[in-house]
Amino acid sequence: MSQRYEIRFSGAGGQGLILAGVIMAEAASIYDGKQAVQSQSYGPEARGGASKSEVIVSDTMIDYPKATVVDALLALTQEAADKYSHDLKEGGVLLIDSDLVKNVPKGNFNTVAFPIINTAKNEVGREIVANIVALGAMVALTGVVTKEGAEKAVLARVPEAFMELNKKAFQMGYEKAIAARA
Amino acid sequence: MAKKVAFLQGNEAAAQGALYAGCTFFGGYPITPSTEVAEVMSVELPKIGGKFIQMEDEIGAMASVIGASLTGAKVLTATSGPGLSLKQELIGYACIAETPCVIVNVMRGGPSTGMPTGPSQSDVMCAKWGTHGDHPAICLTPASVQELFEETVRAFNLAEKYRTPVMVMPDEIVAHMRERIVFPEPGELEVINRTAPTVAPAEYKPYDTSFGDVPPLAAFGSGYRFHVTGLNKGQDGFPTTKAAWVQAEEERQVRKVDANVDDIVQFEEYELADAEVAIVAFGSTSRSARFAVNEARKQGIKAGLFRIKTFWPFPDKQIAALAGKVKAFITPEMNLGMCTGEVKRCAEGKAAVHGIFRVDGEPINPGQILEKIKEVK
Repeated sequence: MSQRYEIRFSGAGGQGLILAGVIMAEAASIYDGKQAVQSQSYGPEARGGASKSEVIVSDTMIDYPKATVVDALLALTQEAADKYSHDLKEGGVLLIDSDLVKNVPKGNFNTVAFPIINTAKNEVGREIVANIVALGAMVALTGVVTKEGAEKAVLARVPEAFMELNKKAFQMGYEKAIAARA
Repeated sequence: MAKKVAFLQGNEAAAQGALYAGCTFFGGYPITPSTEVAEVMSVELPKIGGKFIQMEDEIGAMASVIGASLTGAKVLTATSGPGLSLKQELIGYACIAETPCVIVNVMRGGPSTGMPTGPSQSDVMCAKWGTHGDHPAICLTPASVQELFEETVRAFNLAEKYRTPVMVMPDEIVAHMRERIVFPEPGELEVINRTAPTVAPAEYKPYDTSFGDVPPLAAFGSGYRFHVTGLNKGQDGFPTTKAAWVQAEEERQVRKVDANVDDIVQFEEYELADAEVAIVAFGSTSRSARFAVNEARKQGIKAGLFRIKTFWPFPDKQIAALAGKVKAFITPEMNLGMCTGEVKRCAEGKAAVHGIFRVDGEPINPGQILEKIKEVK
């Protein structure tokens, strides 16, 4: 199963994590020519409640569409970090929002933390693009899709008027993750 | 020219499949987790001169597709568990009035409103026994986004060919997940249209069995007039209680499916040639099963997968044949034993049947199935 790479985006409903997962999967499937499946799990609420979006990327056919052992996990809330980090694999990547996840899950994995939502709000200029900041960071940390492919996938999903905003969010997330990892 | 490729959600693929098959009418009432089917149809149908209508409830929605179908249109409705319960009276009406229609039912947790966003496979019995009385039942259970497209096309073909409602039942996982899909070119997949009458309007009878078990169906508005009712009917469509005729008609309606199981039943066999343990699974659960089979094979265990694509009519013959070859069946499903019961019925005690049941809103994972394979091998 070395070819199978499992990514989970988690947080609260309404944070745009399902979309972040969809874009990651589109980058892999449409722009990078790999196999990808995106699935999601969320509560009946429109906002709030723990929400997750999972992406499986592989060079070969993907049978089981959900995560088995997670290679990389994003957690944007404490609840998501508590609920969804149990099956993160040894040596995997954990990306958390340092303002919101104070109780960092313990385990033998590489934790990267920076204020993701705050970056979107104060440095990119709009909190709504926090999911794209997070996506940029996950692309940098996982290396499972190309930066070019991911950028194309982001822009293909965004209305023209918000292209620059999202480009900036993606780039900012990408850079901050690399800096935070170092 | 390169084929059109997209990264699509299952529900979107179902809607695209319907459009490929020539669907021009959608009547529905939105419900999680099927709503995206309606969303796509509401955007696409007006572009091709089709009609989309959101009715007051699921019962009205089902009635609207029956009415639209009688005008000659290929029709679709989409719903989920609670909506399927509400549609049942009219599904029976479509069965007895022999009106082609396709119902996409995305399976979520039940009964009642249950778990709206949680996956389930617990509506498969409702597809056969939900509406009362003896009637034909066809139900397809696809396992991927591509297959949801293709099986929706096939559902329309079967509905038109056999003049009967056909259900497409993805579980919530298949309906909501996204995968790459390659769109078939027009003409690449077979598209069947209903047989129109060849007789003059004055001589037309909507249930004239001299044309065979599936009499031609005229379109309202094309000059043909006939009566439609939910009562047992004569050749002309008007109610009858003539005993011998009613008996023959009930049998004919069920025979439309029973005599054509080989045309309708589709399945996939994986690593079954030398298998000692056969997993019988459908929908997203079959993907967990395939994963488990691969793992078991790596450990030297002879496991295989029989993947059900057509749940109704059930692949009786195939399961019976397998029962004579394997030591045991494993039947993982997101309900409390619906498919398991059918496999037991077909196996007739020749092989043990071990169910794995989950109704907690979580998928059955490959590890659970692998564990069971090791236990029963």
